[in-house]
Amino acid sequence: MSHAQDPVPGFTAEEVQTKIGFVEQLKGGVIMDVTNAEQARVAEEAGAAAVMALERVPSDIRRDGGVARMASLQKIKEIQEVVDLPVMAKCRIGHFVEAQILAAMEVDCIDESEVLTPADEANHVWKREYQVPFVCGCRDLGEAMRRVHEGAALIRTKGEAGTGNIVEAVRHMRAVTSGIDTLTKASAAELDAKAQEFRVPVELVQWVATNGRLPVPNFSAGGVATPADAALMMQLGAQSVFVGSGVFKSDDPAARARAIVQAVTHFEDPATLAEVSLSLGEAMKGLEIDKIPPAERLAGRGN
Amino acid sequence: MAGRGVPTRWVKREHDLEDLTALVLPGGESSVMLKLAAINELEAPLCALIASGLPVLATCAGLILLARSVRTPEQQSLGMIDCVVERNGYGRQVHSAVHRVTGHNGLPDFDAVFIRAPRIVEVAPTVEVLAEWNGDPVLVRQDNVLAACFHPELVDPSPTLDLFLSAGTH
Repeated sequence: MSHAQDPVPGFTAEEVQTKIGFVEQLKGGVIMDVTNAEQARVAEEAGAAAVMALERVPSDIRRDGGVARMASLQKIKEIQEVVDLPVMAKCRIGHFVEAQILAAMEVDCIDESEVLTPADEANHVWKREYQVPFVCGCRDLGEAMRRVHEGAALIRTKGEAGTGNIVEAVRHMRAVTSGIDTLTKASAAELDAKAQEFRVPVELVQWVATNGRLPVPNFSAGGVATPADAALMMQLGAQSVFVGSGVFKSDDPAARARAIVQAVTHFEDPATLAEVSLSLGEAMKGLEIDKIPPAERLAGRGN
Repeated sequence: MAGRGVPTRWVKREHDLEDLTALVLPGGESSVMLKLAAINELEAPLCALIASGLPVLATCAGLILLARSVRTPEQQSLGMIDCVVERNGYGRQVHSAVHRVTGHNGLPDFDAVFIRAPRIVEVAPTVEVLAEWNGDPVLVRQDNVLAACFHPELVDPSPTLDLFLSAGTH
């Protein structure tokens, strides 16, 4: 069962219980990107554990360009009205007023996301001030810990959103895992140096070294296109999976969504993974990371 | 459970139900659990096992799953505990909170974590109310089934887990 009652530096006891406690309930589930009420209904019907409201799915943002902002509030409201699942929404990195507005809309969780155009190149939202839990992306352990220090109750590895290519998600998950592994073997002096390198208090680094895990759950995002991708991330240690363009950019979104939910549930059972993958149509067309100009790669936004 | 030295395993398939000494239906999304239970053909064997007297702890979404009837919105349920619940009856995540609840029948008052919690709006006389908050039943028992609106795994000490384990391991 959960260890959410352990004290976490930077969180009050009640925040550990209500914020981290909330995201603990999403473990083993699938969180799906939706842009309108109709897609939200498809996601719920398919067994999504939560939906993420956004203006455009990442692959469309990538294709069309322009500034990507928080979703229309009217759309968020419509989504909240049609589903009973937790409704999350994205704000731009550092855009604390978008965050305030989403909190006022009573969204269940805010994703301060690199998928949207950053609003502040130096600062993230100081998330401890909010009653609503936040999720943030990371590429390695240092980034994860900076976000937790700022108050994120949930971490997701970034991957490269809108590509249908899992390679970055794998790289980031492995980086976090090996980063934690290194801390568990480090001396007190090395932990002190790591805290400086990560730019977080040493207490937080000590917490991870002692417990051998992050103080908040770690999910995976960015590039999941198939049931096999979802199960891969779970076998690599993700506790749940965010699926963006992978569902609604595929041939048959409802069937693909259902298959990914089953794949996350039975991620260690190849026979079931084969069965749920068998009758699916085409996955979204993927992008090779090397073919994306560095300036158009999303994972580098926010550090 | 692991923290209390109790070995656990996940139930995802019917064969996972074999040889259990107790069962926890945890929090999460009840609509997801219902769908997965249906796809994996778990509903009938689960109900049979509960009816046979296996000690069960149903928390939050687990309570919704076992209720006789579910409102806002109406949702199918397994009808193993004679009560009516409202989903998210205490509001969205921003209203999630820790409340001091009043224990009955020998149970002390204790802290309980409500997260997008269901609200019990009706209980049959056969259902024993073991704790209340703000006039609502929040911990109930019917025969071998203990059901909570809150998350007993998020507090320490946890009278609810103590009660369940004393029933489940003897």
